[in-house]
Amino acid sequence: MAAQDGRVTYPAVASVSDAPLTVRGVTVSYGEKPAVFSVDASFPAKAMSAIIGPNGAGKSTLLKASLGVIPRLSGEVHVFGQPIEQARDRIAYVPQRASVDWDFPTTVVDVVQMGLYRKIGLLRRLSGQMKAWALECLDRVGMADFADRQIGQLSGGQQQRVFLARALAQDADLYLLDEPFAGVDAATERAIIDVLELLKAGGKALVSVHHDLSTVREYFDHVFLINVRRIAEGPVETAFTTENLQATYGGRLAATHLDELSLARGV
Amino acid sequence: MGADFVQFSLTPLLIGVLAAIACALPGNFLILRRQALIGDAISHVVLPGIVVAFIITGTISAIPMLIGAAGAAVVAVILIEAVKRLGRIEPGAAMGVVFTSMFAGGVLILEQTDTSKVHIDVEHALMGNLESLIWFRAEGWHSLLDPAALATLPHELPRIAIVCAIVVVLTLVFWRWLKIATFDEGFAQVLGIPVSALGFGLVVTAAVAAVAAFDAVGSIIVIAMFICPPAAARLMTNSLEHQIWWSVAFATLSAILGYVFAGYGPLWLGATNAVSAAGMIATASGIILGLACLFGPHRMRIGVGKEPLG
Ligand SMILES: Nc1ncnc2c1ncn2[C@@H]1O[C@H](COP(=O)(O)OP(=O)(O)OP(=O)(O)O)[C@@H](O)[C@H]1O
Ligand SMILES: [Mg+2]
Repeated sequence: MAAQDGRVTYPAVASVSDAPLTVRGVTVSYGEKPAVFSVDASFPAKAMSAIIGPNGAGKSTLLKASLGVIPRLSGEVHVFGQPIEQARDRIAYVPQRASVDWDFPTTVVDVVQMGLYRKIGLLRRLSGQMKAWALECLDRVGMADFADRQIGQLSGGQQQRVFLARALAQDADLYLLDEPFAGVDAATERAIIDVLELLKAGGKALVSVHHDLSTVREYFDHVFLINVRRIAEGPVETAFTTENLQATYGGRLAATHLDELSLARGV
Repeated sequence: MGADFVQFSLTPLLIGVLAAIACALPGNFLILRRQALIGDAISHVVLPGIVVAFIITGTISAIPMLIGAAGAAVVAVILIEAVKRLGRIEPGAAMGVVFTSMFAGGVLILEQTDTSKVHIDVEHALMGNLESLIWFRAEGWHSLLDPAALATLPHELPRIAIVCAIVVVLTLVFWRWLKIATFDEGFAQVLGIPVSALGFGLVVTAAVAAVAAFDAVGSIIVIAMFICPPAAARLMTNSLEHQIWWSVAFATLSAILGYVFAGYGPLWLGATNAVSAAGMIATASGIILGLACLFGPHRMRIGVGKEPLG
């Protein structure tokens, strides 16, 4: 189940510095102990990459630090070879259960339109074309019927899809998704993966924090294993191995569990 | 409604309405950011500002006092932010610490220096003197076109009008930033919106509006207008755009109803004296909030406080 089904292969990335996202020596600390320590990573173009690691491994922290949402103690981040400030138009981010004010007076379609901000700026009015685009993004995640609902009046899975629609509206080249499948039902997961595959087919790069080890092989091309430090990185075929997972989860995964994943053993 | 109205009621009404709107506009965002108490905080820190301005200039004229008050408000905002960051405590507590210490500091300076000449009138500070802001030279509506009469308008009117205009313009210009950053700060950061500077700017704008309004109408209205019209407006709609319009309408309504009731209400009830317009305006805004709580179409908000799963 490897490269036949049209997956892109690497590591023949033209130049690492032009990769959608490269991280070098990034260390982040909230207190005394670093949450992410001296991490190097490079995520390839036109591919879906998974960031995998146990709870508290620093996955969300790595994404946020890459985006400059939280300060890093050290390290560099490049997006398509540029510092983040120059590449903001090319990135969309879907946080892990967005820390928004659910009681805010805003509707679903309004939230999606917020994704258009980089295109319209502070003062320009939203054109009819842009409004239509926002609705189309909502439709792509199957939430068009909820356009006029207040944002808090949705289920968790529906809220997740709205934030995905907002990211779609940004029309970015690099999508950073923090657990897009958390708490969504099987049908919704399918719907979301279809949307993501469409983006990949359109040449976009996707980086997603992912917990469900059983679907990694099916959904992703590339994995990055982290537990505060970088454990392993590479194409699913070579990096998503029992040894690497044991190292990532500190031996907390039972052998039988790993067998169920039908992992490549040191291929 | 003729000459008497223009002379005695027009300017206080206008000042009341403008002050109410200048406070209610930033109040919308402060409430959504759970910072509504900042109005209260500012009303306390104004005291040391005024005292220090007096010590430095030796006069009690309006401009140095206003600058002192605004300066103190900005210092307070910076201190609140610093206490919040360094002490890692929640915003409400940081505000409490800062405004009580600054107020106490103001009282101390007042006692330590020879300020017996200054008459810092508690009732004035609380209630303002809206009723006294009359337009002596006005003889009727035509005075609005008479430069000589216009020159005698109470100073508070142009002052609050300018501040109100600034608040309106800032709200319009930074609308999108304010909306996105208030709803989802993390997303705003990813978009490159300078969220810290924006939050600071919002509070400073609120502080300036508060100080300009204190001067004219006293702190009671200011504190009420930061909270009541926006809170009532939130219960009327699920759209921030509409909420802003509702809050402006409620602020205006409170100012007009409050002023009219203060002047005529007691007479209708058989009493002989009018009551404080400032108190009545604050009361009117409270009643509007109460009615919105009872009858507002969006008072049953399903998402309230709901923590997302996972
Ligand atoms: N705001 C914060 N303040 C202090 N510590 C934090 C903060 N956010 C995260 N941490 C700590 O940093 C570490 C990494 O957290 P992070 O959220 O990046 O983990 P994660 O890998 O995304 O976990 P999960 O799978 O549960 O989402 C954890 O130990 C966490 O307790
Ligand atoms: Mg996380």
